[in-house]
Amino acid sequence: MASGGQTDTETQETYVVIGAGHGAGQAAVTLRAKGFQGRIILIGEESYAPYQRPALSKAFLSGDLALERLYFKPPEYYAKNDIDLILDTVVTRLDREKKTIALSDGRVIGYDKALLATGSRVRKIPLPGVDLPGVFYLRTIADVEGIRASCAKGAKIVIVGGGYIGLEVAASTRKLGLDVTVLETESRVMARAVGKPVSDFFEALHAEEGVTIKTGQAVKALEGKSKLERVVCADGSVWQADIAVIGVGIVPNQELAEEAGLPVDNGIVVDAACRTTDPSVFAAGDCTNHPNDIFERRLRLESVHNALEQAKTAAAAMCGIVNDYNQVPWFWSDQYNVKLQIAGLSQGYDQIVLRGDPSQRKFAAFYLKQGMLIAVDAINAVPEYMASRKLIAAHARIAPERLADMSIPMKSMIE
Amino acid sequence: MAKITYIEFDGARHEVDVSTGLNVMEGAVKNLIPGIDADCGGACACATCHVYVDPDWVEKTGKPSEMELSMLDFAEDLQKTSRLSCQIEVDDSLDGLIVRLPETQG
Repeated sequence: MASGGQTDTETQETYVVIGAGHGAGQAAVTLRAKGFQGRIILIGEESYAPYQRPALSKAFLSGDLALERLYFKPPEYYAKNDIDLILDTVVTRLDREKKTIALSDGRVIGYDKALLATGSRVRKIPLPGVDLPGVFYLRTIADVEGIRASCAKGAKIVIVGGGYIGLEVAASTRKLGLDVTVLETESRVMARAVGKPVSDFFEALHAEEGVTIKTGQAVKALEGKSKLERVVCADGSVWQADIAVIGVGIVPNQELAEEAGLPVDNGIVVDAACRTTDPSVFAAGDCTNHPNDIFERRLRLESVHNALEQAKTAAAAMCGIVNDYNQVPWFWSDQYNVKLQIAGLSQGYDQIVLRGDPSQRKFAAFYLKQGMLIAVDAINAVPEYMASRKLIAAHARIAPERLADMSIPMKSMIE
Repeated sequence: MAKITYIEFDGARHEVDVSTGLNVMEGAVKNLIPGIDADCGGACACATCHVYVDPDWVEKTGKPSEMELSMLDFAEDLQKTSRLSCQIEVDDSLDGLIVRLPETQG
């Protein structure tokens, strides 16, 4: 595909997008929308055109969503918009001096501008037995297809890690009729993302749905003869297992940038317009460390919203339109009939205010820092979530007793 | 399968066939109709697939859930027939459906 178009490459500019995830797909769309008429090349390591990753651990794993429905754009979109999609291919080198990228198939492609939309990869843990058949990580369509093929009804699954991914896998495989156990090293689930009342709620929810959750459990080894048979913890407890899914976080794919001499610091360092220190190289999505004026610090986010919005910002900047990206981050998770919607970042709070009743599976936890709202975890509580997105951006201060008072509509707080 | 007409804010009309089992948001995305962002991919989590259902079709498209209504309540330019298009499942009964798109999403 990339070998085509040689007749006009001398006059045409080439923008390469390294990666083919959510951000990469959005960047290509925005480049065309902003009127860029040169060559666009997207290079992805997976076999698929850009697709929706959030559904993998949710509706795609439980079998409620077919593969065709995961695609970000219909596959024919790329050819129609003159976008070269190079799949199953790794970019092995970014040469900023020559302005070329080297591909794993030996090709070298010249660029005028490059966007690093390299995303993130699963954090691997060096446990004994981690390579046994039956042990999975979850990041890609291929991962989920592997997991699903092992999900016979009644099979025993042990999930290592009680974060978003771990708990979503628990809910999805429970729905498929598996015997589910979650092992978490921290003293509570989702400790990195939510406050204690919300962790308590999700632990109770999973228990009600028949999932065994053990916190404070460090996994020591995965054991079995020719395939996984059991998971062994540091305290000596042993869990029989046909399948294990490890979900212990992700790490940014920053090596390509680092090897090219670009500043990296827990992500590729960019400014608010997604520019690196090289005027021809941009970065967007999970892989970036970027400033955020609302939170007055630098962030590295792992979210679809951030990938999409930074991709729009970066693509605009590549077209010479400089907009600063400053938004309230948002996230969501679906587990059973519960929708968790998070706005903002709760790190650094000094007060939690609850509104609603956790036993009704409908409540919100607001996080305040010196009286200012910085985040909300909303459980089946859309008005709390939607209002907070606006309130957090406005650095609003609302009296805790008002936030907690169900007789005061959330909408009235933003007016 | 249903023929659905999407009318952009500027009046541009797109008449497309949408398969049963998809939702109205997916029908727009699959057919490259601009004006529906659908950031969350159809999880009823973002309110960026807002449409106005033609008044003649309100009965057939059904009532929004409580969650959808709450999301809509915070959308820009809310109208009486506002819906999140990811929450309208397509089947034969929606053949001929007309939806209009708002000026902005989110």
